[in-house]
Amino acid sequence: MSVTLKVNGVVHELDVEEEAPLLWVLRDELGLTGTKFGCGIAQCGACTVHVNGQAQRSCVTPAGSVRDAEITTIEGLSAGGLTAVQKAWIDHQIPQCGYCQSGMIMAVSALLARNPHPGDEDLAQAVTNICRCGTYSRIRAAVRALAAEG
Amino acid sequence: MPTRRTVILGVGGAAGALVVGYALWPSGRIAAADRLDAAANEKFITNWIKIASDDTITVVVPHCDMGTGTFTALAQFAADELDSDWSKMRAEQAPPDPVFANGAMIEGFALGGRTVPPFLTGLAANTFRFLAANVSIPGAGYVPQITGGSAAVRFTGMNAIRVAAAAARAMLVKAAAARWNVSAGDCETRANRVVHPASGRSLRYGELAAEAAGYDPSSRPPMKDRRHYVHVGKPVRRFDIPRKVNGTTGYGIDVALPGMLYAAIRISPVFGGRLVSIDESLAAAQRGVKHVVKLEDAVVVVADRYWRARDAAASLEPLFDGGANGSVTSETIRRRRADALNGKDVKNDLTRGSGAGALSAGRRVQAAYTVPYLAHSPMEPMNATALYKDGALEVWAGTQDGLGSRDFCARAAGLSLEKVTFHLLPMGGAFGRRLPGQWNYLTYAVRTAMAVPGVPVKLIFTREEDTQHDYYRPNVMSRFEAALGSDGMPVAWVNSYTTDDSANPEAHILYDIPNQSIGAVKVETHVPTGAWRSVEASWHGFFVESFVDELAHHAGKDPLQYRRALLRNSPRHLATLDLAAGKSGWGTPLPKGSGRGVAIVESFGTIVAHVAEVSIDSGGAVRVNRIVSAVDCGLAVNPDGLKAQIEGAILFGLTAALRGEITIDKGAVVQSNFNDYEMLRIADCPGIEVYLREDDGPVGGGGEPGVPPVAPAVANAVFAACGVRVRDLPLRNQSFPASGGATP
Repeated sequence: MSVTLKVNGVVHELDVEEEAPLLWVLRDELGLTGTKFGCGIAQCGACTVHVNGQAQRSCVTPAGSVRDAEITTIEGLSAGGLTAVQKAWIDHQIPQCGYCQSGMIMAVSALLARNPHPGDEDLAQAVTNICRCGTYSRIRAAVRALAAEG
Repeated sequence: MPTRRTVILGVGGAAGALVVGYALWPSGRIAAADRLDAAANEKFITNWIKIASDDTITVVVPHCDMGTGTFTALAQFAADELDSDWSKMRAEQAPPDPVFANGAMIEGFALGGRTVPPFLTGLAANTFRFLAANVSIPGAGYVPQITGGSAAVRFTGMNAIRVAAAAARAMLVKAAAARWNVSAGDCETRANRVVHPASGRSLRYGELAAEAAGYDPSSRPPMKDRRHYVHVGKPVRRFDIPRKVNGTTGYGIDVALPGMLYAAIRISPVFGGRLVSIDESLAAAQRGVKHVVKLEDAVVVVADRYWRARDAAASLEPLFDGGANGSVTSETIRRRRADALNGKDVKNDLTRGSGAGALSAGRRVQAAYTVPYLAHSPMEPMNATALYKDGALEVWAGTQDGLGSRDFCARAAGLSLEKVTFHLLPMGGAFGRRLPGQWNYLTYAVRTAMAVPGVPVKLIFTREEDTQHDYYRPNVMSRFEAALGSDGMPVAWVNSYTTDDSANPEAHILYDIPNQSIGAVKVETHVPTGAWRSVEASWHGFFVESFVDELAHHAGKDPLQYRRALLRNSPRHLATLDLAAGKSGWGTPLPKGSGRGVAIVESFGTIVAHVAEVSIDSGGAVRVNRIVSAVDCGLAVNPDGLKAQIEGAILFGLTAALRGEITIDKGAVVQSNFNDYEMLRIADCPGIEVYLREDDGPVGGGGEPGVPPVAPAVANAVFAACGVRVRDLPLRNQSFPASGGATP
C-alpha cells in the first residue's frame, strides 16, 4: 500500500491507503499542519489546498485520487515569501483566531488566479468557507482591494 | 442549597470589602517568575513585565489567544506607562502557574459592583485548592487565568498591566537615580531609557532591569492620564496576525510529539448515558488500531494515525444506555419551561415602584419569546493531547484558563498539581466553549492517556462529536406584560423567564419605567449548558429589545423615538443610540418590503446599538442587507481591533438569529455538522459599519457586547418590513410575506 504525492514541489512516497483523506496525510504523515480540520465533510473549507491550481477540500479528497497532481498547501504558497493575498490579509487585519484563514487564503488565491478582478458576487460564489470569528466583511474588503490592483 | 454562583459570590463579597488596588509582587517573588518564564537575557521587574538586555519589553499575559487581539492591546497599555517605542514591545502568554494567577480578573468582577458571571461559577470546585497559593486577593482563594467575560482589557489591562507597567517604570527610575546619586524626581523616561536632563546622562532599561527588580513595587505608582497616551487609542497591527496568514500558528490540534498516537471518540449520544457493551474486535482488526479504551460513557479508539482511529471508531457499534433521559425531546423541555413559568416557583428578582400591581394602570400588552439551545462550534474542534508517564501527566490543549486546566487535569488523574504540566496553546476559536466547567475533552484525553501509559495520545473530536457534546447556550423562555399610560409610554413592566442557573441581572432593563417586577424560575434539564459569547445578555437582549419595540408599535410611536424617551436620563446610551441611528439614515425611505430595526444593549460594561436593514426575498426568507453599529466602551485601546471584534460579534449573533438551533430528540442532540447546524458564509454577510464613541466613562469589554443587540435589531427590522413579529428564534423557522403587510 503506497501512494506517491507531489506536495509543494516535493515528491513523497507514502505508506498510506488509497482512500486515506489528503488532509490527514498532509497533517499526520508530512507534518504540514497549516491545513486545518474543521468538519470532515467538505462543508467548511478549513482544509482547502490547491490541486493543480484549483481550490479543493482535502478532507474528502482520497490520497489515491491526486497521485499525479501538483498539490500546494499554505506552506507551499508562502515558500517564496508572503503573497499579495497574504499581505492584504495583514493590511486588512483579517484573522482573529486564524484557524480558518489558511483555507480562506488558499480559496481566495485560487479565485484570483483564474479571475484577477472578481466582484463581490464572484467572491461569494467561489469562497464558501466558514469563519466563526466573523471576518467576512474584512475578507470582502481585502478582495475588493486585490481586485482593483490585480 | 446555595447555587454554584452564590458560592463564588461569597468569595467576591469578601474581596469587595478590601481596599481597591491591585496587589503587585514583592521583590522576593520575582525570582520565582524569572525561574518559570525568563530567558537568560530577560528579567522580570514586577508582575507581567519582563525587560530584556536589548530593552525589549515583554508583557506576560495571564490570558490565552483566541483571536480577540488582547495581547496587543495589553502591550499598548504597557508601552504608554513605560514610555516605550512600539517596536520594542512584545507580548506572550503567562505559564499556567499560580505565580501568574490573574488577581485583577476576580477583582474586576468583585469590585465592579456586579455579580460574578456564570462562566466563572465552574470554578467553585477549584476555589479552595488554590487558597494558600495566592496572595493577590486575601480570601478570594483560587485566582484564575481565565479568558472570558470581555475582561482582558477592562480588568487585566486597566487594573493589572497598567499598574504593573507604571510600577516597573518607577523602579527603573529609582535604579538609575541610585546609580547617579540624584533624585528620582529629576529623572524622566523616554524611548526605553531613563534620562537625567540636568546632566544629560541616560541609561537603557536593559542596563537597569536587574537593579530595578530589587525594589519593592508600589501598588499606587504614578500613572499617565489617558489624555497623554501615545499608544493606547491608536490602531496598531496585532502581533499574532503574521503567523496566522502563513499557517505557522500552532494550535492545540497541531501538537506533534515523538511516538504520538491519535484517538477518536464515540460518546453516549444521550448526555450522562453509560456504555453498556462494545464489540472491540470490529475496530481492533483495522489497520493501525492500537487500543480500544472503554470509559464510563464513551469508547475511544487509539491508532497510529488520526483517520484510522476515526474510521475505526465510526465502525464500532457501541451500546449506550441513556436511562430516563433517553425520552427527552425539545418539546418536553419546552412544556416544562412553560409549566414552570405558569407555576408558583417564579422568584422575584427585582421590584421597582409597585411592581406588577401597576399593570392595571394602563393598557396592557403581553408577549412571550423563546430562544433555542446553541452550540459554540469554534472552527477548531475540541482536542487535547496527553502523556501519562512515570506517575506524571503532561497535557497540551487550548483552553480559556491554563492554570485552572492544570488543576482540573490533576484532579481528573488523581495526581497532585506538581505532577502535572499543562501546555496552553492558541485556540481556533472558543466563544465560551473552552471555559472552566466545559472541559469534557480534557477529561477524555486524560483518561485515555492513563489507559495507555507511556505514549502521548492526541484526542480529536469529530465535528459531529463536537456539535453533540457541547455545553449549550440554554434555551430560554421569557414572558412580558406591560401597561401603557395615556401617552403610550410604559408605566409597568413585568417579566418572568426561565433559567438553568439563577436569576440573571441581564434581565434588568436600561429603561426608565416607574413600576417593574422581574423574576426567574429555575428549570434544570439533562442538557449541559454553558457560557456562549455574551452569555445571558444574548437572550435577554433579544427579549427586552423585542418587547420594547412591540410597546412602541402598540403606542403608535417610532421605535427609535420611543427608546430615546425612555433613555432621556441616560446620556451615554442616548448618544450611542443617536450615533447608530444617524449613521444608518434612520427615517429615510427604503424600498417596499424592506425595513429598519434598532436595538440597544449594555453588556460587559459596553453600550452597543445596532440598526439592521432587512428585506424579504420572494421565497419569504429574510435577507439582512446592512448593519450599522455604534459602540461606547469608554476607551478603545486598539480601535481597529475593537471594530474587528464588533464585526465578528455581529456575524456571530446574526448566524444564531437567522439559523442557529440545536434540538433534542431521544435525549440527544439532533444536529451533527455544518450541513445541519448551518453557519453564515461570505454570501450572507451584510454590509457592516462600526462607529466608536468615547467618553471618560468606565472602560468596558470588547469581545462580547456586539452580540446581544443583533437578533432584536433584525427581528424589529423584519416587523418594519412586513408586519410579522418574530418571537421565537431562529428566523429560519418562520416564513414572511414578501411584499409587505401583516399576515393574520
